[in-house]
Amino acid sequence: MVTKPESKFTRRGMLKTMAAGTGAIAATSALPGLSGFAQAQSSAPIKIGFQVHRTGIGAAYGRWYNRTTEAAVKRINDMGGINGRPVELVAEDDGTDPKRGAEVVEKFATQHECDIAFGTLFSHVVYGSSPRAGELKLPYFVVSEGHHVASGKLNRYTLQPGITDVKSQVQAMAPFVANNLGKKVTMIFPDFAFGHDHRDFFTAAIEAQGGEVVEHIAIPPTETSFSKYFPRIPRETEVIYHVMVGPAVLTFVKELGEFFGPSSPEIFGFIDSLEAVDIKSPGLEFLEGTYFWEGNPRNAQADQTSHDKAYRAAVGVDDNGASVEDAQDVSTYSHMFGCWETLNIIKRGMETAGYQGPADRAKLIEAVEAMSDMPLSDDHPQGAKRFNGKTHQTFGHQYISKVSDGKLVVEHTTSIEDGLYEDEVDYTTQSF
Amino acid sequence: MDFGPHLLLASLEGAVTAAILALTAMGLSIVFGVMRVVNVAHGEFYMLGAVIAWWVTSLIGGHPAIGFVLALGIAPLLVGFLAAAADKVILQKINYDPDRTIVATIGLLYIIQQTTLMTFGPDARPVQPPFNTRIALPWFEFGDAGFAMYWPWGLSITSYKLFVIMAAIGILTALWLVITRSKIGLIMRATQLDSETALAFGVPVDRVYMWVFGLGAGLAAVGAVLVVPIQQAHYLMGHDPLLLAFITVIIGGLGSLPGTVIAAILIGMSDGIISVFFSPTLAKIIATLVVAMVLAFRPQGLLGRTAH
Repeated sequence: MVTKPESKFTRRGMLKTMAAGTGAIAATSALPGLSGFAQAQSSAPIKIGFQVHRTGIGAAYGRWYNRTTEAAVKRINDMGGINGRPVELVAEDDGTDPKRGAEVVEKFATQHECDIAFGTLFSHVVYGSSPRAGELKLPYFVVSEGHHVASGKLNRYTLQPGITDVKSQVQAMAPFVANNLGKKVTMIFPDFAFGHDHRDFFTAAIEAQGGEVVEHIAIPPTETSFSKYFPRIPRETEVIYHVMVGPAVLTFVKELGEFFGPSSPEIFGFIDSLEAVDIKSPGLEFLEGTYFWEGNPRNAQADQTSHDKAYRAAVGVDDNGASVEDAQDVSTYSHMFGCWETLNIIKRGMETAGYQGPADRAKLIEAVEAMSDMPLSDDHPQGAKRFNGKTHQTFGHQYISKVSDGKLVVEHTTSIEDGLYEDEVDYTTQSF
Repeated sequence: MDFGPHLLLASLEGAVTAAILALTAMGLSIVFGVMRVVNVAHGEFYMLGAVIAWWVTSLIGGHPAIGFVLALGIAPLLVGFLAAAADKVILQKINYDPDRTIVATIGLLYIIQQTTLMTFGPDARPVQPPFNTRIALPWFEFGDAGFAMYWPWGLSITSYKLFVIMAAIGILTALWLVITRSKIGLIMRATQLDSETALAFGVPVDRVYMWVFGLGAGLAAVGAVLVVPIQQAHYLMGHDPLLLAFITVIIGGLGSLPGTVIAAILIGMSDGIISVFFSPTLAKIIATLVVAMVLAFRPQGLLGRTAH
């Protein structure tokens, strides 16, 4: 246990310390698993500050990020922890709010004395939190998809090694959209950083394929009613490209179907529009035959790997992508694998760096920066990855699925190369 | 989309917004009119209505219409009783002091919202509409071939949305009849006009206040039950309706029921039309600007009477 040098010694302070110590001893003896950890220099747990969207517009993601993270930490601890030390999660709700996000990062660093911070999804929260993590010199592993890391807008302490970014995803999707669905695209996206990544990079990517975006429709992520936006879809549209987040995604997709009725153009969506939503919900019948990007196939496929099987079982997800306990509780399967993989990368990084405590934070970042290819494995059940240490961003496979009989069936898997682009930053040149 | 069909679609969307807004704002207006209480927790009563509707429909199996009809009866009643209880336990104790009621209802707002978060959870949950058919709407034009009718792309509404508009008109008419033609309405109006004299004539003002507060919350809940099959139940959904209801009530004239309806139609329709043709943000900006103008140049609102 790390103790802060105390300048004053008060009765109240001493009582607090004693209470905390007693609590810690009680907690340690109450955990039978701990006796199995090898004796390291310190057997105190490695504390991972988990910034989780328990409330606010990211709540559905938060619930599943939490389950995945707990399952991954349990697996790591069952295998002997990191450097012989158990991993302890310190979860804090950020309300999916950038301002609160920065405060949570600060709490991790100063109050909980966490070794690292981890787990943020929503890009505006990453933008709000990352600068504070950099100032506090706290390694901050995000699982966000935003292009913010690779764009160079953040700092050396912020890394995204477990999930691909939007720029890479849309670049890999554009050839499929242009060659199979149509060249005149109307984009519907949420009006914040993540949606703007879609807008900017897909527009460029589809133009590179000889197509064009005929209309951009931005919708606030807190919106609850969507019909009023759809008349802006031009009649010449051949493909609707939709990506939406927030609590009202089901309403969004339903109203899209109601707007078009029987005469809809081709529809290509990012599964974000239906994460945590049952695709068999009433009103979504029109999605039959449409295409989705998936980060990780929600329905267990015919050629399911043993790695996906093991991962599904560990997190508690059935073959339809819902909780094994409640078939209505659909997961955010295309995103949450990022938590699992990122934690395994943190483990490898800490082991390579011989991580002992906060003094070794820079060594940990250097160890992760030195990583490159990561093969498909139980540590990486979504697929092989290629990490770019300079841009702090990973690259990987993407899936294109078609809805048939209410299931998402993978039609095409892109290669890692499909998603590569030129470096926009070299974080390794920045000082710690 | 061509201008004509586009405008029709915008007006229909606006009419749905106006219908729900009229119900919600009416609740706020009645409470203010009779009790002079600014109820900041009004949006949370709306949210509770939606959440209870989800709860009732998820308990009842069978055809969605059964659950919906039950929800339409149960949710406003439960919310109304809860609000009446809150009035008795909180607002009566602080004597309806204007400053303290605002603070108390802010507290109520957070208590309701966070209790819902802790029990119902942070997710948005859908309620199935009792019926929902897409109705494609025709449009007319005078082309080379003379008068012709065609079905423009995307010009449609659902049967449920039409029902929402009709239901709101029905409920508001009933409310107006109760207030102007019944003894209950007479007592309410007497209390509104001069509560001390009403008390002297044997009107139980405390109980009138309690049930008026319940009625106001119940109206918000009715609006929410009607809207929840279109949107979804979510613990943060009370925020926007509260804001819009305040805007409506201020523009219409605090405590004036016809003014509230007119303002709701104005705000709802302009919100629908401006957000379709321009942007939803602009619609909100304009509505807020109108409020500022009304407050500056006609503080009593469109149909409100000046303070005596």
